[in-house]
Amino acid sequence: MAKVIVYPPTSMILSDLVERMGHKALVVPEAVRRLVTASGIESPPLNMTPEEPKKGLRYAAVDVPSGVRGRMSLIGPIIEEAEAAIIVEDPGWLTGCAGCSRTNELVRLLIRTKGVPVLDLSYPTNDAEAKVFVSKIRTFLEGLK
Amino acid sequence: MLVTKYVITSSESNILPSDIAMKIYGSKYEVLVKETCFGVVINGEEEVINALVKEIRALDPAGIFIKDRGFPPGDPRRCRGRRGGGARPGFYMIESESKMLPLISRALAFQGDIPDIPEKKKPLPIKRLEEIIKNGLS
Repeated sequence: MAKVIVYPPTSMILSDLVERMGHKALVVPEAVRRLVTASGIESPPLNMTPEEPKKGLRYAAVDVPSGVRGRMSLIGPIIEEAEAAIIVEDPGWLTGCAGCSRTNELVRLLIRTKGVPVLDLSYPTNDAEAKVFVSKIRTFLEGLK
Repeated sequence: MLVTKYVITSSESNILPSDIAMKIYGSKYEVLVKETCFGVVINGEEEVINALVKEIRALDPAGIFIKDRGFPPGDPRRCRGRRGGGARPGFYMIESESKMLPLISRALAFQGDIPDIPEKKKPLPIKRLEEIIKNGLS
């Protein structure tokens, strides 16, 4: 079972396909869960403390907006854990944790420079594309240990 | 550790969110269930949720999708009932991907040869554009 990071990191379709094919999907909600369900809320409502942007400093410089560093404090550790990646081309409707274009560029860059196997795809728009989409993901995941 | 997961049904699935909720109510598992328009949100201990997810998926293997969620169900930081209405931030992603679920469901259920798709037209490379401009102006 390999740890596979999916991009967009909040994608339902990708995380479901990875999990149903027997691998572990690395997704942002897990990182959010650790933060929001931790006992003792230091900084309501989301428990984002000044420590989070500092963690983000590992991935982005100090002059980068704190929103990027805050997001990277969640997504960065996930990238470090990843053993493979599935990247779907930006569909134009990324929201929430994945709603920052600069963060998304940095996430894609870090994944690609990490040197793990990467599968690049686009979201399907018809049945034939969907069959190819699922087939490519299946083949890619079957090739992982 | 308590975990929360979304169980989302494809619009073409014969399984309704209420069917999933009823299956969970009738099961041996002690979990919190919240029924929504697109599926259900379940919350419970990780091992229990993982076992339950397998049973729910068996209802319609190609038509039921599972997604992790950070916040517990009904959390006042996300629940729209406490925030004065409006969709919660992550809903837009689910809404957008839900439109694709029938395609993915049919693809998962499909057994046969994968069709060849012609490559999409790529934008004109800059070098080729430069050549065209030079040839046109000379």
